[in-house]
Amino acid sequence: MRYLPLSPTDRAEMLEKIGVTEINDLFKDVPETALLKEYVDLPAHMSEMAVDRDFRAMADKNMPAGSVPFFCGAGAYRHYVPSTVDHLIQRGEFLTAYTPYQPEISQGTLQALYEFQTQVAQITGMEVSNASMYDGSTACGEAVLMARRASRKKKAILSGSLHPQYIEVTKCATKFTEDIPLINPPSIYLVDDLINQIDEETSCVVVQNPDFFGNIQDYTKLAEALHAQKALLVVVVTEVVSLGAVRSPGAMGADIVVAEGQSIGNGLTFGGPYVGLLATRQKLVRTMPGRVCGETVDADGKRGFVLTLSTREQHIRREKATSNICTNAGLCTLAFTIHMTLLGEKGFRHLARLNHAKAVQLADKLSAAHGIKVLNKSFFNEFTIELPMDAAEAIECLADMEILGGVPLSRLYPNDPDMKNKILVAVTETVTEEDMDRLVCALKELIK
Amino acid sequence: MMNKQGRPTGLNTAANLSPNSFTTHTGNRGLEQDELLIYEIGDTQRTGVDLEDLPVFESRLGGITRDNEIGLAGLSEPEVMRHYTRLSRKNYAIDMGLYPLGSCTMKHNPRINEKVARLPGLADIHPLQPISTVQGALELMDRLAHWLKTLTGMPAVAMSPKAGAHGELCGLMAIRAALDKRGENRTIVLAPESAHGTNPATAALCGYKVKSIPANKAGRVDLRALKDALGPDVAAIMLTNPNTCGLFERDIIDIADAVHAAGGYFYCDGANFNAIVGKVRPGDLGVDAMHINLHKTFSTPHGGGGPGAGPVVLSEALAPFAPVPYVIHGKDGFEMVEHVTGGGESFGRMTAFHGQMGMNIRALAFMMSHGSDGLARVAEDSVLNANYVMASLQDIMTLSFEGPCMHECLFDDRFLEGTGVTTLDFAKAMIDEGYHPMTMYFPLVVHGAMLIEPTESESKQSVDQFIGALRHLVTQAKSGNSALFTGAPYLAPLKRLDETLAARNPVLRWRKED
Repeated sequence: MRYLPLSPTDRAEMLEKIGVTEINDLFKDVPETALLKEYVDLPAHMSEMAVDRDFRAMADKNMPAGSVPFFCGAGAYRHYVPSTVDHLIQRGEFLTAYTPYQPEISQGTLQALYEFQTQVAQITGMEVSNASMYDGSTACGEAVLMARRASRKKKAILSGSLHPQYIEVTKCATKFTEDIPLINPPSIYLVDDLINQIDEETSCVVVQNPDFFGNIQDYTKLAEALHAQKALLVVVVTEVVSLGAVRSPGAMGADIVVAEGQSIGNGLTFGGPYVGLLATRQKLVRTMPGRVCGETVDADGKRGFVLTLSTREQHIRREKATSNICTNAGLCTLAFTIHMTLLGEKGFRHLARLNHAKAVQLADKLSAAHGIKVLNKSFFNEFTIELPMDAAEAIECLADMEILGGVPLSRLYPNDPDMKNKILVAVTETVTEEDMDRLVCALKELIK
Repeated sequence: MMNKQGRPTGLNTAANLSPNSFTTHTGNRGLEQDELLIYEIGDTQRTGVDLEDLPVFESRLGGITRDNEIGLAGLSEPEVMRHYTRLSRKNYAIDMGLYPLGSCTMKHNPRINEKVARLPGLADIHPLQPISTVQGALELMDRLAHWLKTLTGMPAVAMSPKAGAHGELCGLMAIRAALDKRGENRTIVLAPESAHGTNPATAALCGYKVKSIPANKAGRVDLRALKDALGPDVAAIMLTNPNTCGLFERDIIDIADAVHAAGGYFYCDGANFNAIVGKVRPGDLGVDAMHINLHKTFSTPHGGGGPGAGPVVLSEALAPFAPVPYVIHGKDGFEMVEHVTGGGESFGRMTAFHGQMGMNIRALAFMMSHGSDGLARVAEDSVLNANYVMASLQDIMTLSFEGPCMHECLFDDRFLEGTGVTTLDFAKAMIDEGYHPMTMYFPLVVHGAMLIEPTESESKQSVDQFIGALRHLVTQAKSGNSALFTGAPYLAPLKRLDETLAARNPVLRWRKED
């Protein structure tokens, strides 16, 4: 077995040193009836080549996004990740290190986290960020719990244009806590409707920008109304590339920003692992969940970095911790920060504009097609269209034609008749004009 | 000896300089290079990407634009390579040496796992593309589920939890949902003193009060105390097995029976599954729910702190309450249930999309590489290595509990009494010997705990060298050479860091100086 270095001679010598005769003597505390007498009923070990072959066979049964015109988004986006990123994150010193609990021999991970936190604070327009959460959706749930701790109030109002799975996750995360989530039905919520729901019990309002249907909103007035009631504005961003072109949540008055960071540095990988971003104001850091890295000095006065504010965390506070989270998205944050450093201000802004420009291009092409309606007034790189036919059926037919044409909204709102004919269409820098023409042409054919 | 090109290789003035007094112009020390922050190297004008030119277009952003500078620093590609390569060299890693962090299972991370995880058919698929176009992905999830169920002897598994603690939450939510359905309002979760901090934190998130169960003299749950604590208000016990002292809970079946007899559920923290994989099935021990840290037992890389993955195996009684989504076998292939339907009992959704697919891929590759025979050997070799370490150190370090241990062995700081050396000092001196320290001050049931887990990946030579290093350090401590410890590490990129300063005045980001 290629991963197991002990030889039969080693094992015999070691058993002798321990003073037992056979390996099962070391398992003597296991109840006799529970110690298996034979191997479990699974295949025996395989060569590396055989494993490789099996996985290729499974991979070949899928349709990779990069092999066809591709327009899916809805919280996970296909962007081009520079080769440097994957090369660097595979360095064993990053890949095979543990959580940086021993800062003297973990400065690589820690400095990268410190740079990551700075980048996240900058793009969200906030003062500080933590070292990441599992993903955007779980970060959203945590933000609601955090808003309760910070405001000492329990009612969280969730916008109906928040990603429906983020709503589900938040509902689940608050199921057995004191929080009372108030969930609006799906719709493009106008800020005034949300403002009218705020009362003295409100801990926060959770909105998304661009919202789930792709619309861009200004939440400044909402923030003002919330602050007047000593409540918090939580802004969710599922497409972080938008922050290179759209006004930042911080500039609108957000108190907590959570985001899905997958778009930068991380591939689609069927939904995970991704990287949740959580940024906030300096005065709220002690109510923040998750790991955080901070600056300090060593015994010689040299600058260094450590994990800090751990008195919020489960390994110290146990049942009184701000969260049960005990990890971050380590390697995904590294991929994020490397990609962001490659982009820099210039590249990040250009990437955002390029995404928007391509989306505008496709929206115009679709609008010009008879029978297809683009429903958005504003959007970044994703918008909702309506067809004169069942959208899920259309998407299936497109897949048969080797086009992944977007996400039918009925996949996420299965019982909502209003969503039946609608598709969420995303356009990133990876889409070519030829891809767009193939989609438009195929859709025209389908609705004829 | 004379080196033909250069100088004599004997002593010379430079070589006589002590490492501490030797200063350099750059601050670098040979291969040990200082590295500034990206914000101190780069600027907002520099970039490491070339993107295509913008077409002519009319903005549709609704006027809600970002006009002020963000302040992001950019670097060119060669600078990026160098920055992160230099940073990487300041990290300790499994690839560099034995990583004896107890309860963390720092084992070898095979690279075939990384390779197959990057196949476009697995890495480049969207979570919401039509189910007909991701049949291979669902097959993979289904296969991993089959392995996990078979290895644990449990009938069901929830695949979406994103990490161990997220898995704990999944298990306890299933328990709470089952109890709610029974119409019972139980309020207490029992956990031993030695439990991971995540256990009580998770119980609190599910609205439970945590009651601590003391350990007995053998480092195990005090069965009598447990039985006394059981009653109609107890929802569940959360128990790690093998436990955090590295010991198998001998009374595990009695514990499970007692909990069940009192109407509660048995949540097993599977953090230490590595010790028993392929040898013992938790389902045979009466477990109702257990998370499996794929990043421990099944070797998905720790990645400097994540991402992890924490699938949860469930008993028949809890299976109906599992979260969405889950994969089922349909008539035309695999299907995925993504919504809680009207009559469904699922407690809900824990994450957007389907969980940590990238980790699933790596874990399955690890399992298939080992097979049922290799996995049993994993458990055996990990237990053998730990017992060998214990047997080789117990004469000079103080063993907390009598063995045999499972995959990790626990010492406490009694052997350091009177030396002026603390567990922390001792651990930091290990860094100078080229090792990552063991887990310190956990579990809390012994004073100055040192929990050593060598894993099955270590050869006998490697373990022998490690033992030799520890014996040397113990001898030094006992002989009064406390300076070797209190100032340690001496040879790491940085000296000991001031964690109090960091917490008192949190500086969590770089800022431009005014």
